[in-house]
Amino acid sequence: MKDLLNRYGLPLTTLICLLVAFWLLVLVILPNLYLFENSFRPYLPVQEMGGPKDVYTLKNYLTFVESPIHITVFFSTILYSCVVTVICFAITYPLAYYLAKNVSVRSLPTLFLILTIPLWVSEIMRSFAWFIILSLRGPLNFFLVNLDIIDKPIRWMTGFRSVIIGLVYTYVLFMLFPIYNAIQSLDTNQLEAAEDLGAPWWRIHWRIVLPHSKPGIASGSVMVFMLSAGSILVPTLLASTNSRWFTEIIQQWMFESLDWNTGSAYAFLLLILCTVFVTLVMKIFRVKLSDIAK
Amino acid sequence: MTRKSDWLFRLYLILFLAYMLLPLIIMGGAAFNDSRFPSVYPWQGFTWNWFIELWNDTRLLNSFRNTLMVAVAVVVISVPIGTASAILVNSVAGAVRSTLYGLMVAPILIPGAVIGISTLLFWNTMSVAPGLHLSVLGQVSYISAFVMLLVLARLQSFDRSLEEAALDLGASHAQVVRRVLLPHLYPALGAGAAIAFFQSIENFNVTLFTRGPYDTLTVYVFSRVRSGITPTINALAVLMILFTIAAIVIVEVARLREERRLSAK
Repeated sequence: MKDLLNRYGLPLTTLICLLVAFWLLVLVILPNLYLFENSFRPYLPVQEMGGPKDVYTLKNYLTFVESPIHITVFFSTILYSCVVTVICFAITYPLAYYLAKNVSVRSLPTLFLILTIPLWVSEIMRSFAWFIILSLRGPLNFFLVNLDIIDKPIRWMTGFRSVIIGLVYTYVLFMLFPIYNAIQSLDTNQLEAAEDLGAPWWRIHWRIVLPHSKPGIASGSVMVFMLSAGSILVPTLLASTNSRWFTEIIQQWMFESLDWNTGSAYAFLLLILCTVFVTLVMKIFRVKLSDIAK
Repeated sequence: MTRKSDWLFRLYLILFLAYMLLPLIIMGGAAFNDSRFPSVYPWQGFTWNWFIELWNDTRLLNSFRNTLMVAVAVVVISVPIGTASAILVNSVAGAVRSTLYGLMVAPILIPGAVIGISTLLFWNTMSVAPGLHLSVLGQVSYISAFVMLLVLARLQSFDRSLEEAALDLGASHAQVVRRVLLPHLYPALGAGAAIAFFQSIENFNVTLFTRGPYDTLTVYVFSRVRSGITPTINALAVLMILFTIAAIVIVEVARLREERRLSAK
């Protein structure tokens, strides 16, 4: 703090501290505290707020515990977000390795620009594209039937498979870039030395490349899992009635039942879920928060 | 690396590029199909109709304007906040630093829906009605973190003795910031502004909960997709893709020219 004063003087230091305080207190900490507090209060009509019935209660959380459907949806959201994360990793790891170690430096920028086209076209358009592709009379079925791979069009949008397809497509680049960054900093001499010493390719990956790319994998996994579990667009567009997503239930509490208190309790559960996931990943991969957020 | 596996990798890269781009092409194709439902098959003839309808859609143009307004506001607020935070974090050490850093990074790891709901609740208790202003505040709360990370990375390469030298030579603190610190940070500030702008345009989850009765582009498209879809959405997608490609080509041409200039030297 004193260092800051010496360098920038009193007015600027005050301004800096005010800006940071505004951000962290007013925009981040207080709203989340309110969310927490609100989740323990009953849902009451306006005139009864602050009245005798307005006491702290666990009712909102009991609503969750006592409803098997919501619990199922909660756990399938976790499960399928993990599936999406694993698929994204499997798809991008070889690609990230190839881009980092084999592609010539000259063509990399162009490749990356092409790869980022889907990122600039908004998320909703990306999931909408799959809505068209996967529809019963859509191009995918047309293609598969005409190639005689299947004899009857498949109804893709049932269960979680269309949601998984959509989520993987929408978030796969969030896995590719961090892993690429991690592998890129690996010294190629290490790989050549291992090769010269007779290590097979899988051992090189297992002992050198994978351990080195751990921070990237951790950061990619956190991003993909978080975005998937918190996604509203993709599940609403691509899921069917038998594959609901936890965010859809939160949204129903907020806008259809107008019960903001139960909505906050559910939102808080989602927040806990993500916090637990991030902590787990940090423990498993033995990385710090500063490695993840890059 | 043997030649055979290089060939395999190359095939994989091409497949992946096709996987990333084909859905966009299919979606774009549907904008020209003369069918009431967005599809490319069966093909019922070429039409420009959906672009004309898009142009006449006043609600859409309105939501487009809202989106731009929100994005500009987010840039204007989040760039100073992110910069101030990076400077603050950079000048403290030890436990304070890691606590501050953790608090600043946390918003990136909070699901958008949670940010939206908590913003809505907090300002509701302060009797502030939902609306685009809340969307701005909600978005700023996590977009500032991106700016902070970018500026912090840039600060790492900043030579602090420059500041000291300027101060010793009698510059005021404001002059030091304006003439020494900020010029060094400009690339990061520019990148931060661009990221903030695009993150804001792209945002759906926070906006959905905080917007009140107002539309932004993503929310509007979403409501259209749910209520009754016509290929006007695809026409909009085509415009967005074309805009993206144009921007990419401009960046790429500028880069190649720069490269040639450097190699000519």
